[in-house]
Amino acid sequence: MTPHKIWIAYYTMLRAEFVRIIRIWSQTLLPPIVTTSLYFVVFGKFIGSQLAPIDGFAYIQFIVPGLIMMAVITSSYMNTVSTFYFAKWTRTLDEILVSPMPNWTVTLAFVSGGVLRGLLVGVLVLIVSLFFTHLVIFNLAVLLLAAVLTSVLFSLGGLINGVFAKGFDGISIVPTFVLTPLTYLGGIFYSIDQFSPFWQTVSLFNPILYMINAFRYGFLGVSDINIWVCFAVLLGMLALFVGIILYLFRQGIGVKN
Amino acid sequence: MTPAVSISKLHKTYTSGVVALKGVDLHIEEGDFFALLGPNGAGKTTMIGILSGLVKKTEGSVEVFGTSIDADAPKAKTYIGLVPQEFNFNIFAKVIDIVTTQAGYYGIPRKEALSRAEELLKELGLWNKRNEPSQKLSGGMKRRLMIARGLVHAPKLLILDEPTAGVDVEMRRGMWEFLRKLNANGTTIILTTHYLEEAEDLCRNVAIINHGQILIHEPMQSLLERHGKDKLENVYLELIRQN
Repeated sequence: MTPHKIWIAYYTMLRAEFVRIIRIWSQTLLPPIVTTSLYFVVFGKFIGSQLAPIDGFAYIQFIVPGLIMMAVITSSYMNTVSTFYFAKWTRTLDEILVSPMPNWTVTLAFVSGGVLRGLLVGVLVLIVSLFFTHLVIFNLAVLLLAAVLTSVLFSLGGLINGVFAKGFDGISIVPTFVLTPLTYLGGIFYSIDQFSPFWQTVSLFNPILYMINAFRYGFLGVSDINIWVCFAVLLGMLALFVGIILYLFRQGIGVKN
Repeated sequence: MTPAVSISKLHKTYTSGVVALKGVDLHIEEGDFFALLGPNGAGKTTMIGILSGLVKKTEGSVEVFGTSIDADAPKAKTYIGLVPQEFNFNIFAKVIDIVTTQAGYYGIPRKEALSRAEELLKELGLWNKRNEPSQKLSGGMKRRLMIARGLVHAPKLLILDEPTAGVDVEMRRGMWEFLRKLNANGTTIILTTHYLEEAEDLCRNVAIINHGQILIHEPMQSLLERHGKDKLENVYLELIRQN
């Protein structure tokens, strides 16, 4: 395929995904907005108003970046895992597999769909958060880079999950038992400086901690971890996930018989 | 002339241990209307899956119009249009979107895709259903939609895996006419079907496969004459029982 044809194929997949996300907005966009709004009300307003500031910021201001990131992570992951598994289950994936699209284009299109939904949800949650507090942006480039890279990473994660999933249980196990605990323990609601050295060390094994801190740095200019270390971890994981998914597609694992 | 399909020593063993193909050799000439027949589980769908890139072969070589599926799979895929046995389109999508989206996967610009979709849907009697969700179509209409989707990138080789299953007689005859015209215009067609009168009526050459091996491969007419039978069904049953 020529680069122009590859572009058309990529755009076709992404366009179809965008239409789907918008068509079923009550399933794709609304739930994370409702959930995070409840966090803003309960943790930000009711409980947060009685807590001491963290790093000089009101508690609700401290948790907003983490909650936005949680919505981005969950939406990106769920988009690719559900889209890919559903396509596999209904065999509509065959429409793509019989076409001459290169594996990397198929991967890129699925991931772009996840990023699109993740960032769309992120922006909507950000807008809702402004009803509860005011925000400043310390470093827009860091903020955007952290959001996009994290969204790409979890879209890839969802795709890998989708490749291995053999049933609908298979697409909910990782989000429920891995992703949610890691996200909640990834420093959304607290700074790890508040922990003992032992638990601080344990926390450093949680990759989501680095993403949330990078994003929070973009907003507030504070982070528990050096910002360069955060991006190094993000890029390292991205390289690993890209390698895994391209290998899986090339071998046809979970895709071809 | 380069054969449309050239298969040599093709083996397929699934991870479950099931051996689906045992060293199949098959050559199909360009412009042929070819019947690939065999009972359920004989290996027809596996062979079609390998040709179209849905199934990984274990051993052997496959070329489509001289292009090896190992050396240049994307190029080989552009030659093939597949109409699978089971409905595998998005049931929520509109008829026209299913066809144009498939065109997009082959890198066809949207404007051209729309024009090709219009032409095909009109020819297959689906144009007035173009804005309907595909789940609202009847069984026969869904089959015709799959044919339109398989043809939207103007493939040189069309593979039809039981395209008339569950289609009423009148609609089936209409589909035969459409396929005859397509073949007369130069498209090579491979047809698998359990309606043997369909294969007899449409196809010039035939291969019968059973237990992953080709039992016979010859022109339809000579097969019937050689076995002294007037119907393909009788030859088929005789061969399958012997095997």
